[in-house]
Amino acid sequence: MAQAMQSRGPVTGTAATPKKRRKFFLLDFYDTAVGKKYVMAITGIMLLGFVLVHMIGNLKMYLGAEHINDYGEFLRNLLVPIMPRTVVLWLMRGGLLTAGALHVHAAVSLTRLNHKARSVKYQGPRDYQIANFASRTMRATGVIVLLFLFWHLADLTWGWWNATGAKAADGPFVRGDAYGNIVRSFERVPVSVLYIVANIALGTHLYHGVWSLFQSMGWNNPKFKEWRRYLAVAFATIIVVGNVSFPIAVLAGIVGK
Amino acid sequence: MSNHLQNLNLKIWRQDGPADSGRFESYLVGSISDEASFLELLDVLNEQLIGEGQDAIAFDHDCREGICGTCSLMIDGQAHGPQRGTATCQLHMRKFASGDTIVVEPWRATAFPILKDLMVDRSPLDRIVEAGGFITAATGGAPDANIIPIPKPVADAAMDAAECIGCGACVAACPNGAANLFTAAKVSHLNLLPQGQAERWSRVEAMVETMDEYFGSCTNHGECEAACPKSISIDFIAMMHKDFRRAKVKNRTLISQI
Repeated sequence: MAQAMQSRGPVTGTAATPKKRRKFFLLDFYDTAVGKKYVMAITGIMLLGFVLVHMIGNLKMYLGAEHINDYGEFLRNLLVPIMPRTVVLWLMRGGLLTAGALHVHAAVSLTRLNHKARSVKYQGPRDYQIANFASRTMRATGVIVLLFLFWHLADLTWGWWNATGAKAADGPFVRGDAYGNIVRSFERVPVSVLYIVANIALGTHLYHGVWSLFQSMGWNNPKFKEWRRYLAVAFATIIVVGNVSFPIAVLAGIVGK
Repeated sequence: MSNHLQNLNLKIWRQDGPADSGRFESYLVGSISDEASFLELLDVLNEQLIGEGQDAIAFDHDCREGICGTCSLMIDGQAHGPQRGTATCQLHMRKFASGDTIVVEPWRATAFPILKDLMVDRSPLDRIVEAGGFITAATGGAPDANIIPIPKPVADAAMDAAECIGCGACVAACPNGAANLFTAAKVSHLNLLPQGQAERWSRVEAMVETMDEYFGSCTNHGECEAACPKSISIDFIAMMHKDFRRAKVKNRTLISQI
Protein backbone atom coordinates (compact mmCIF):
# COMPACT_ATOMS: atom_id res chain seq x y z
CA MET A 1 0.00 0.00 0.00
CA ALA A 2 2.99 2.23 -0.08
CA GLN A 3 2.72 5.01 -2.58
CA ALA A 4 5.57 7.10 -3.85
CA MET A 5 5.60 10.83 -3.20
CA GLN A 6 5.36 12.79 -6.39
CA SER A 7 8.12 15.24 -7.04
CA ARG A 8 6.73 18.61 -7.98
CA GLY A 9 8.21 21.71 -9.48
CA PRO A 10 8.68 24.90 -7.54
CA VAL A 11 5.60 26.85 -6.59
CA THR A 12 5.55 29.88 -8.84
CA GLY A 13 2.43 31.56 -7.59
CA THR A 14 1.59 32.62 -11.13
CA ALA A 15 0.69 30.94 -14.36
CA ALA A 16 4.13 31.75 -15.71
CA THR A 17 4.77 28.35 -17.24
CA PRO A 18 6.19 28.71 -20.75
CA LYS A 19 3.67 28.06 -23.50
CA LYS A 20 4.08 24.53 -24.75
CA ARG A 21 3.92 23.93 -28.46
CA ARG A 22 0.40 22.93 -29.27
CA LYS A 23 -0.73 20.21 -31.65
CA PHE A 24 -3.49 20.63 -34.23
CA PHE A 25 -6.43 21.75 -32.11
CA LEU A 26 -8.51 18.58 -32.43
CA LEU A 27 -5.58 16.40 -31.31
CA ASP A 28 -4.73 18.91 -28.61
CA PHE A 29 -8.35 18.69 -27.44
CA TYR A 30 -8.32 14.88 -27.52
CA ASP A 31 -5.17 14.87 -25.37
CA THR A 32 -7.17 16.07 -22.37
CA ALA A 33 -9.60 13.95 -20.35
CA VAL A 34 -12.38 16.52 -20.91
CA GLY A 35 -11.72 16.34 -24.66
CA LYS A 36 -11.92 12.55 -24.59
CA LYS A 37 -15.26 12.82 -22.80
CA TYR A 38 -16.49 15.05 -25.65
CA VAL A 39 -15.41 12.31 -28.07
CA MET A 40 -17.22 9.73 -25.93
CA ALA A 41 -20.36 11.89 -26.06
CA ILE A 42 -20.26 12.75 -29.78
CA THR A 43 -19.52 9.17 -30.89
CA GLY A 44 -22.10 8.04 -28.35
CA ILE A 45 -24.73 10.23 -30.04
CA MET A 46 -23.85 8.70 -33.42
CA LEU A 47 -24.16 5.19 -32.00
CA LEU A 48 -27.45 6.11 -30.27
CA GLY A 49 -28.78 7.20 -33.66
CA PHE A 50 -27.78 3.86 -35.14
CA VAL A 51 -29.29 1.84 -32.30
CA LEU A 52 -32.58 3.72 -32.62
CA VAL A 53 -32.83 3.45 -36.42
CA HIS A 54 -31.78 -0.23 -36.29
CA MET A 55 -34.53 -1.01 -33.80
CA ILE A 56 -37.16 0.88 -35.80
CA GLY A 57 -36.04 -0.83 -39.02
CA ASN A 58 -36.36 -4.23 -37.40
CA LEU A 59 -39.95 -3.49 -36.41
CA LYS A 60 -40.69 -4.15 -40.09
CA MET A 61 -40.45 -7.88 -39.34
CA TYR A 62 -43.93 -7.57 -37.81
CA LEU A 63 -45.24 -6.58 -41.25
CA GLY A 64 -43.90 -9.73 -42.87
CA ALA A 65 -40.92 -11.13 -44.75
CA GLU A 66 -41.23 -8.93 -47.85
CA HIS A 67 -41.32 -5.72 -45.86
CA ILE A 68 -38.13 -6.29 -43.89
CA ASN A 69 -36.26 -7.78 -46.83
CA ASP A 70 -37.35 -4.88 -49.03
CA TYR A 71 -36.12 -2.52 -46.36
CA GLY A 72 -32.72 -4.27 -46.45
CA GLU A 73 -32.65 -3.83 -50.23
CA PHE A 74 -33.63 -0.18 -49.84
CA LEU A 75 -30.60 0.38 -47.55
CA ARG A 76 -28.29 -1.20 -50.14
CA ASN A 77 -29.86 0.93 -52.87
CA LEU A 78 -29.76 4.24 -51.00
CA LEU A 79 -29.23 7.16 -53.44
CA VAL A 80 -28.72 4.65 -56.22
CA PRO A 81 -29.08 6.77 -59.32
CA ILE A 82 -26.47 9.15 -57.91
CA MET A 83 -24.20 6.68 -56.10
CA PRO A 84 -23.38 3.08 -57.00
CA ARG A 85 -25.27 0.37 -55.09
CA THR A 86 -24.20 -0.16 -51.41
CA VAL A 87 -21.79 2.82 -51.47
CA VAL A 88 -23.95 4.99 -49.21
CA LEU A 89 -24.50 2.04 -46.89
CA TRP A 90 -20.75 1.47 -46.67
CA LEU A 91 -20.16 5.18 -45.99
CA MET A 92 -22.59 4.96 -43.09
CA ARG A 93 -20.95 1.77 -41.86
CA GLY A 94 -17.55 3.46 -42.11
CA GLY A 95 -18.82 6.34 -40.00
CA LEU A 96 -20.22 3.97 -37.38
CA LEU A 97 -17.04 1.88 -37.29
CA THR A 98 -14.96 5.02 -36.78
CA ALA A 99 -17.33 6.26 -34.09
CA GLY A 100 -17.24 2.86 -32.37
CA ALA A 101 -13.45 2.66 -32.53
CA LEU A 102 -13.06 6.19 -31.11
CA HIS A 103 -15.64 5.44 -28.39
CA VAL A 104 -13.67 2.36 -27.32
CA HIS A 105 -10.28 4.08 -27.57
CA ALA A 106 -11.41 7.02 -25.46
CA ALA A 107 -13.03 4.65 -22.93
CA VAL A 108 -9.89 2.53 -22.61
CA SER A 109 -7.56 5.51 -22.19
CA LEU A 110 -9.87 7.20 -19.67
CA THR A 111 -10.18 3.95 -17.70
CA ARG A 112 -6.40 3.67 -17.54
CA LEU A 113 -6.15 7.30 -16.42
CA ASN A 114 -8.77 6.68 -13.73
CA HIS A 115 -7.03 3.58 -12.40
CA LYS A 116 -3.79 5.55 -12.24
CA ALA A 117 -5.57 8.36 -10.39
CA ARG A 118 -6.36 6.01 -7.48
CA SER A 119 -3.55 3.46 -7.49
CA VAL A 120 -4.31 2.45 -3.89
CA LYS A 121 -8.01 1.68 -3.45
CA TYR A 122 -10.05 2.36 -0.33
CA GLN A 123 -9.33 -0.43 2.12
CA GLY A 124 -12.69 -0.18 3.85
CA PRO A 125 -16.04 -0.60 2.11
CA ARG A 126 -17.34 2.40 0.12
CA ASP A 127 -20.86 3.68 0.65
CA TYR A 128 -21.96 5.25 -2.64
CA GLN A 129 -24.71 7.86 -2.43
CA ILE A 130 -25.59 8.81 -6.00
CA ALA A 131 -23.60 6.52 -8.29
CA ASN A 132 -26.05 3.90 -9.52
CA PHE A 133 -25.71 0.39 -10.89
CA ALA A 134 -25.70 1.67 -14.48
CA SER A 135 -23.05 4.34 -13.97
CA ARG A 136 -20.75 1.96 -12.12
CA THR A 137 -21.05 -0.88 -14.64
CA MET A 138 -20.49 1.19 -17.81
CA ARG A 139 -17.26 -0.66 -18.58
CA ALA A 140 -18.79 -4.09 -18.05
CA THR A 141 -21.95 -3.34 -20.04
CA GLY A 142 -19.83 -1.72 -22.77
CA VAL A 143 -17.69 -4.85 -23.10
CA ILE A 144 -20.81 -7.07 -23.14
CA VAL A 145 -22.34 -4.95 -25.91
CA LEU A 146 -19.10 -5.04 -27.92
CA LEU A 147 -18.78 -8.84 -27.65
CA PHE A 148 -22.46 -9.18 -28.46
CA LEU A 149 -22.02 -6.96 -31.51
CA PHE A 150 -19.42 -9.39 -32.88
CA TRP A 151 -21.71 -12.36 -32.23
CA HIS A 152 -24.63 -10.48 -33.80
CA LEU A 153 -22.69 -9.81 -37.02
CA ALA A 154 -21.38 -13.38 -37.15
CA ASP A 155 -24.91 -14.66 -36.64
CA LEU A 156 -27.04 -12.48 -38.92
CA THR A 157 -24.67 -10.71 -41.31
CA TRP A 158 -21.89 -13.18 -42.04
CA GLY A 159 -23.95 -16.25 -41.22
CA TRP A 160 -21.10 -18.14 -39.53
CA TRP A 161 -23.16 -19.19 -36.55
CA ASN A 162 -26.48 -19.24 -38.33
CA ALA A 163 -25.83 -22.35 -40.47
CA THR A 164 -28.46 -24.53 -38.83
CA GLY A 165 -31.58 -23.57 -37.02
CA ALA A 166 -33.53 -25.43 -34.38
CA LYS A 167 -35.27 -27.45 -37.06
CA ALA A 168 -33.62 -29.05 -40.08
CA ALA A 169 -36.54 -27.82 -42.19
CA ASP A 170 -35.40 -24.22 -41.68
CA GLY A 171 -32.62 -24.72 -44.19
CA PRO A 172 -29.28 -22.90 -44.39
CA PHE A 173 -28.36 -19.22 -43.92
CA VAL A 174 -29.44 -17.12 -46.90
CA ARG A 175 -27.61 -13.84 -47.47
CA GLY A 176 -30.12 -11.01 -47.91
CA ASP A 177 -33.04 -12.97 -46.44
CA ALA A 178 -33.08 -11.02 -43.18
CA TYR A 179 -36.45 -12.38 -42.16
CA GLY A 180 -35.55 -16.05 -42.63
CA ASN A 181 -32.20 -15.62 -40.92
CA ILE A 182 -33.77 -13.90 -37.91
CA VAL A 183 -36.38 -16.64 -37.51
CA ARG A 184 -33.76 -19.38 -37.92
CA SER A 185 -31.54 -17.75 -35.31
CA PHE A 186 -34.16 -16.90 -32.69
CA GLU A 187 -35.80 -20.31 -32.81
CA ARG A 188 -32.74 -21.48 -30.85
CA VAL A 189 -33.72 -20.67 -27.25
CA PRO A 190 -30.15 -20.07 -25.95
CA VAL A 191 -29.58 -17.55 -28.75
CA SER A 192 -32.76 -15.70 -27.85
CA VAL A 193 -31.70 -15.63 -24.22
CA LEU A 194 -28.31 -14.23 -25.28
CA TYR A 195 -30.03 -11.47 -27.28
CA ILE A 196 -32.28 -10.57 -24.37
CA VAL A 197 -29.41 -10.45 -21.86
CA ALA A 198 -27.23 -8.41 -24.21
CA ASN A 199 -30.05 -5.93 -24.80
CA ILE A 200 -30.61 -5.46 -21.10
CA ALA A 201 -26.87 -4.69 -20.82
CA LEU A 202 -27.27 -2.25 -23.72
CA GLY A 203 -30.23 -0.60 -21.99
CA THR A 204 -28.24 -0.22 -18.77
CA HIS A 205 -25.39 1.34 -20.74
CA LEU A 206 -27.81 3.74 -22.45
CA TYR A 207 -29.52 4.71 -19.19
CA HIS A 208 -26.30 6.25 -17.90
CA GLY A 209 -24.87 7.19 -21.31
CA VAL A 210 -27.81 9.28 -22.52
CA TRP A 211 -27.86 11.30 -19.30
CA SER A 212 -24.09 11.52 -19.01
CA LEU A 213 -23.53 12.83 -22.53
CA PHE A 214 -25.34 16.05 -21.65
CA GLN A 215 -22.88 16.70 -18.81
CA SER A 216 -19.89 15.82 -20.98
CA MET A 217 -21.09 18.11 -23.78
CA GLY A 218 -21.74 20.94 -21.34
CA TRP A 219 -25.47 20.96 -22.10
CA ASN A 220 -27.13 21.90 -18.83
CA ASN A 221 -29.45 24.70 -19.80
CA PRO A 222 -31.95 25.07 -16.91
CA LYS A 223 -34.76 24.99 -19.50
CA PHE A 224 -34.19 21.30 -20.25
CA LYS A 225 -31.86 20.20 -17.46
CA GLU A 226 -34.60 18.38 -15.54
CA TRP A 227 -35.59 16.41 -18.66
CA ARG A 228 -32.22 14.76 -19.22
CA ARG A 229 -32.94 11.88 -16.85
CA TYR A 230 -36.43 11.28 -18.28
CA LEU A 231 -34.99 11.26 -21.79
CA ALA A 232 -32.41 8.65 -20.74
CA VAL A 233 -35.10 6.44 -19.18
CA ALA A 234 -37.37 6.79 -22.22
CA PHE A 235 -34.59 6.11 -24.73
CA ALA A 236 -33.24 3.07 -22.91
CA THR A 237 -36.77 1.68 -22.42
CA ILE A 238 -37.78 2.13 -26.06
CA ILE A 239 -34.61 0.43 -27.32
CA VAL A 240 -34.78 -2.49 -24.90
CA VAL A 241 -38.51 -3.11 -25.31
CA GLY A 242 -38.23 -2.97 -29.10
CA ASN A 243 -35.17 -5.20 -29.38
CA VAL A 244 -36.25 -7.75 -26.77
CA SER A 245 -39.64 -8.10 -28.48
CA PHE A 246 -38.03 -9.69 -31.56
CA PRO A 247 -36.69 -12.94 -30.05
CA ILE A 248 -39.84 -13.21 -27.91
CA ALA A 249 -42.03 -12.74 -31.00
CA VAL A 250 -40.14 -15.49 -32.84
CA LEU A 251 -40.30 -17.89 -29.87
CA ALA A 252 -44.01 -17.12 -29.43
CA GLY A 253 -44.62 -17.81 -33.09
CA ILE A 254 -45.83 -14.28 -33.89
CA VAL A 255 -42.95 -13.91 -36.33
CA GLY A 256 -42.18 -17.11 -38.25
CA LYS A 257 -42.62 -19.01 -41.45
CA MET B 1 -29.05 17.84 28.39
CA SER B 2 -26.60 15.79 26.49
CA ASN B 3 -26.62 12.06 26.12
CA HIS B 4 -23.56 9.92 25.93
CA LEU B 5 -22.72 7.21 23.42
CA GLN B 6 -21.11 4.13 24.89
CA ASN B 7 -18.52 1.73 23.53
CA LEU B 8 -17.71 3.01 20.07
CA ASN B 9 -15.46 0.70 18.08
CA LEU B 10 -13.19 2.72 15.82
CA LYS B 11 -11.29 1.10 12.97
CA ILE B 12 -8.75 3.74 12.06
CA TRP B 13 -6.12 3.74 9.33
CA ARG B 14 -2.62 4.01 10.79
CA GLN B 15 0.34 4.67 8.53
CA ASP B 16 3.75 5.75 9.81
CA GLY B 17 4.76 7.67 6.72
CA PRO B 18 4.33 7.96 2.96
CA ALA B 19 6.46 4.88 2.31
CA ASP B 20 4.76 2.70 4.96
CA SER B 21 2.10 0.26 3.83
CA GLY B 22 -0.33 1.11 6.64
CA ARG B 23 -3.05 -0.97 8.32
CA PHE B 24 -6.36 -0.62 10.15
CA GLU B 25 -6.17 -0.58 13.93
CA SER B 26 -9.10 -0.96 16.29
CA TYR B 27 -9.73 1.34 19.24
CA LEU B 28 -12.48 1.49 21.81
CA VAL B 29 -13.90 4.77 23.06
CA GLY B 30 -15.86 4.03 26.23
CA SER B 31 -18.05 7.13 26.40
CA ILE B 32 -18.50 10.27 24.31
CA SER B 33 -21.09 13.07 24.40
CA ASP B 34 -23.48 13.14 21.42
CA GLU B 35 -22.72 16.87 21.22
CA ALA B 36 -19.08 16.16 20.43
CA SER B 37 -17.99 16.60 16.84
CA PHE B 38 -16.25 13.77 15.05
CA LEU B 39 -12.93 15.59 15.40
CA GLU B 40 -13.52 15.88 19.15
CA LEU B 41 -14.03 12.12 19.23
CA LEU B 42 -10.56 11.78 17.71
CA ASP B 43 -9.23 14.31 20.27
CA VAL B 44 -10.66 12.21 23.09
CA LEU B 45 -9.18 9.07 21.58
CA ASN B 46 -5.80 10.80 21.18
CA GLU B 47 -5.84 11.87 24.86
CA GLN B 48 -6.49 8.24 25.71
CA LEU B 49 -3.63 7.05 23.46
CA ILE B 50 -1.20 9.63 24.83
CA GLY B 51 -2.17 8.58 28.38
CA GLU B 52 -1.31 5.01 27.44
CA GLY B 53 2.01 6.17 26.02
CA GLN B 54 1.00 5.42 22.45
CA ASP B 55 1.45 7.51 19.31
CA ALA B 56 -1.46 9.92 18.72
CA ILE B 57 -3.43 9.67 15.47
CA ALA B 58 -2.45 12.37 12.98
CA PHE B 59 -5.40 14.04 11.25
CA ASP B 60 -5.97 17.37 9.50
CA HIS B 61 -8.11 20.00 11.20
CA ASP B 62 -8.11 23.75 11.63
CA CYS B 63 -11.12 26.07 11.95
CA ARG B 64 -13.58 23.39 13.12
CA GLU B 65 -16.50 25.46 11.82
CA GLY B 66 -16.72 24.20 8.26
CA ILE B 67 -15.09 27.07 6.41
CA CYS B 68 -11.40 26.25 6.08
CA GLY B 69 -11.47 22.95 4.18
CA THR B 70 -8.68 21.39 6.24
CA CYS B 71 -10.47 18.42 7.78
CA SER B 72 -11.01 15.37 5.64
CA LEU B 73 -11.67 11.72 6.60
CA MET B 74 -13.51 8.95 4.83
CA ILE B 75 -16.00 7.86 7.50
CA ASP B 76 -17.82 4.57 6.90
CA GLY B 77 -17.07 4.84 3.19
CA GLN B 78 -18.39 8.38 2.81
CA ALA B 79 -16.28 11.52 2.44
CA HIS B 80 -16.93 13.76 5.50
CA GLY B 81 -19.20 11.05 6.90
CA PRO B 82 -22.91 10.31 6.62
CA GLN B 83 -24.26 13.86 6.92
CA ARG B 84 -24.88 15.77 3.68
CA GLY B 85 -23.53 19.28 3.17
CA THR B 86 -21.17 19.38 6.13
CA ALA B 87 -17.46 18.87 6.71
CA THR B 88 -16.18 16.32 9.24
CA CYS B 89 -15.80 19.06 11.87
CA GLN B 90 -19.57 19.69 11.76
CA LEU B 91 -20.47 16.02 11.91
CA HIS B 92 -21.70 15.31 15.40
CA MET B 93 -21.73 12.07 17.34
CA ARG B 94 -25.54 12.19 17.51
CA LYS B 95 -25.40 10.80 13.96
CA PHE B 96 -24.05 7.56 15.44
CA ALA B 97 -25.32 5.08 18.02
CA SER B 98 -23.77 3.32 20.99
CA GLY B 99 -21.82 0.23 20.04
CA ASP B 100 -21.31 1.33 16.42
CA THR B 101 -18.21 0.28 14.54
CA ILE B 102 -16.90 3.28 12.60
CA VAL B 103 -14.30 2.86 9.86
CA VAL B 104 -12.08 5.91 9.32
CA GLU B 105 -9.75 6.17 6.36
CA PRO B 106 -7.78 9.00 4.74
CA TRP B 107 -8.68 10.42 1.30
CA ARG B 108 -7.28 8.08 -1.29
CA ALA B 109 -5.97 9.38 -4.60
CA THR B 110 -2.60 9.06 -6.28
CA ALA B 111 -2.44 12.88 -6.25
CA PHE B 112 -3.03 12.90 -2.46
CA PRO B 113 -0.16 10.87 -0.96
CA ILE B 114 -0.69 9.93 2.68
CA LEU B 115 1.72 11.80 4.92
CA LYS B 116 0.84 10.05 8.17
CA ASP B 117 -2.23 8.17 9.45
CA LEU B 118 -5.22 10.19 8.23
CA MET B 119 -3.29 13.16 6.84
CA VAL B 120 -2.82 13.59 3.11
CA ASP B 121 -0.97 16.10 0.93
CA ARG B 122 -3.59 17.96 -1.11
CA SER B 123 -1.23 20.42 -2.80
CA PRO B 124 -2.16 19.35 -6.37
CA LEU B 125 -5.34 21.37 -5.75
CA ASP B 126 -3.09 24.40 -5.25
CA ARG B 127 -1.35 23.64 -8.57
CA ILE B 128 -4.75 23.88 -10.28
CA VAL B 129 -5.57 27.21 -8.66
CA GLU B 130 -2.11 28.58 -9.50
CA ALA B 131 -2.74 27.77 -13.16
CA GLY B 132 -5.63 30.22 -13.47
CA GLY B 133 -7.57 30.85 -10.28
CA PHE B 134 -6.87 34.57 -10.23
CA ILE B 135 -7.89 37.79 -12.02
CA THR B 136 -6.00 40.82 -13.20
CA ALA B 137 -7.28 43.58 -10.97
CA ALA B 138 -6.20 47.17 -10.65
CA THR B 139 -4.37 47.66 -7.36
CA GLY B 140 -4.93 50.67 -5.18
CA GLY B 141 -7.86 51.76 -3.11
CA ALA B 142 -10.89 49.56 -2.76
CA PRO B 143 -13.42 50.28 -5.53
CA ASP B 144 -16.86 51.53 -4.60
CA ALA B 145 -19.47 48.88 -4.00
CA ASN B 146 -21.66 47.99 -6.98
CA ILE B 147 -19.45 49.97 -9.37
CA ILE B 148 -19.53 46.93 -11.69
CA PRO B 149 -23.14 45.94 -12.33
CA ILE B 150 -23.66 42.19 -11.94
CA PRO B 151 -27.11 40.63 -12.41
CA LYS B 152 -28.39 38.99 -9.25
CA PRO B 153 -28.65 35.42 -10.71
CA VAL B 154 -25.06 35.67 -11.95
CA ALA B 155 -23.80 36.88 -8.60
CA ASP B 156 -25.70 34.05 -6.88
CA ALA B 157 -24.29 31.39 -9.22
CA ALA B 158 -20.76 32.72 -8.82
CA MET B 159 -21.24 32.71 -5.05
CA ASP B 160 -22.47 29.10 -5.12
CA ALA B 161 -19.26 28.12 -6.92
CA ALA B 162 -17.09 30.27 -4.69
CA GLU B 163 -18.35 28.36 -1.66
CA CYS B 164 -15.76 25.67 -2.45
CA ILE B 165 -13.39 25.33 0.51
CA GLY B 166 -10.95 23.09 -1.36
CA CYS B 167 -11.15 20.14 1.03
CA GLY B 168 -10.81 17.54 -1.73
CA ALA B 169 -13.90 15.54 -0.75
CA CYS B 170 -14.95 15.52 -4.42
CA VAL B 171 -11.73 13.75 -5.36
CA ALA B 172 -12.03 11.39 -2.40
CA ALA B 173 -15.64 10.48 -3.18
CA CYS B 174 -15.17 10.15 -6.95
CA PRO B 175 -14.82 6.51 -8.02
CA ASN B 176 -12.33 7.77 -10.62
CA GLY B 177 -10.34 10.12 -8.38
CA ALA B 178 -11.34 13.09 -10.56
CA ALA B 179 -11.11 16.71 -9.43
CA ASN B 180 -13.67 18.05 -11.90
CA LEU B 181 -15.98 19.49 -9.24
CA PHE B 182 -13.16 21.35 -7.49
CA THR B 183 -11.77 22.69 -10.76
CA ALA B 184 -15.24 23.54 -12.09
CA ALA B 185 -16.04 25.51 -8.93
CA LYS B 186 -12.78 27.44 -9.12
CA VAL B 187 -13.17 28.10 -12.86
CA SER B 188 -16.84 29.05 -12.69
CA HIS B 189 -16.76 31.48 -9.82
CA LEU B 190 -14.41 33.69 -11.84
CA ASN B 191 -15.69 32.89 -15.33
CA LEU B 192 -19.22 33.94 -14.38
CA LEU B 193 -18.22 37.40 -13.20
CA PRO B 194 -17.23 40.43 -15.29
CA GLN B 195 -13.92 40.71 -13.41
CA GLY B 196 -12.97 37.23 -14.61
CA GLN B 197 -13.57 37.79 -18.32
CA ALA B 198 -10.06 38.89 -19.32
CA GLU B 199 -8.55 35.49 -18.50
CA ARG B 200 -11.73 33.46 -19.05
CA TRP B 201 -10.50 31.24 -21.89
CA SER B 202 -6.86 30.91 -20.84
CA ARG B 203 -8.03 30.18 -17.29
CA VAL B 204 -10.25 27.23 -18.14
CA GLU B 205 -7.67 25.80 -20.53
CA ALA B 206 -4.78 26.07 -18.06
CA MET B 207 -6.75 24.81 -15.06
CA VAL B 208 -8.28 21.82 -16.85
CA GLU B 209 -4.91 20.82 -18.30
CA THR B 210 -3.23 21.11 -14.90
CA MET B 211 -6.04 19.00 -13.40
CA ASP B 212 -5.30 16.35 -16.04
CA GLU B 213 -1.73 15.99 -14.81
CA TYR B 214 -2.83 14.74 -11.41
CA PHE B 215 -6.40 13.46 -11.43
CA GLY B 216 -8.77 11.03 -13.11
CA SER B 217 -11.65 11.81 -15.44
CA CYS B 218 -15.30 12.61 -14.76
CA THR B 219 -17.80 9.87 -15.60
CA ASN B 220 -20.79 11.77 -14.22
CA HIS B 221 -21.59 9.54 -11.26
CA GLY B 222 -22.50 12.60 -9.17
CA GLU B 223 -20.76 11.27 -6.03
CA CYS B 224 -18.77 14.51 -5.67
CA GLU B 225 -21.90 16.63 -5.30
CA ALA B 226 -23.22 14.32 -2.57
CA ALA B 227 -19.90 14.43 -0.70
CA CYS B 228 -19.27 18.18 -1.06
CA PRO B 229 -19.58 19.90 2.35
CA LYS B 230 -20.90 22.95 0.46
CA SER B 231 -23.19 20.87 -1.83
CA ILE B 232 -21.74 22.46 -4.96
CA SER B 233 -23.72 21.29 -7.99
CA ILE B 234 -22.26 19.21 -10.81
CA ASP B 235 -23.92 21.78 -13.10
CA PHE B 236 -20.65 23.66 -12.72
CA ILE B 237 -18.83 20.69 -14.25
CA ALA B 238 -21.01 20.98 -17.35
CA MET B 239 -20.29 24.73 -17.43
CA MET B 240 -16.56 24.06 -17.24
CA HIS B 241 -16.78 21.48 -20.04
CA LYS B 242 -18.61 24.03 -22.18
CA ASP B 243 -16.08 26.79 -21.50
CA PHE B 244 -13.19 24.38 -22.15
CA ARG B 245 -14.61 23.45 -25.56
CA ARG B 246 -15.17 27.09 -26.42
CA ALA B 247 -11.66 28.01 -25.22
CA LYS B 248 -10.17 25.33 -27.46
CA VAL B 249 -11.88 26.55 -30.62
CA LYS B 250 -11.53 30.27 -29.98
CA ASN B 251 -9.02 32.14 -32.08
CA ARG B 252 -7.40 34.30 -29.45
CA THR B 253 -5.07 35.94 -31.93
CA LEU B 254 -7.99 38.30 -32.43
CA ILE B 255 -8.40 40.05 -29.11
CA SER B 256 -11.90 41.25 -29.98
CA GLN B 257 -13.16 37.67 -30.06
CA ILE B 258 -13.46 37.26 -26.34
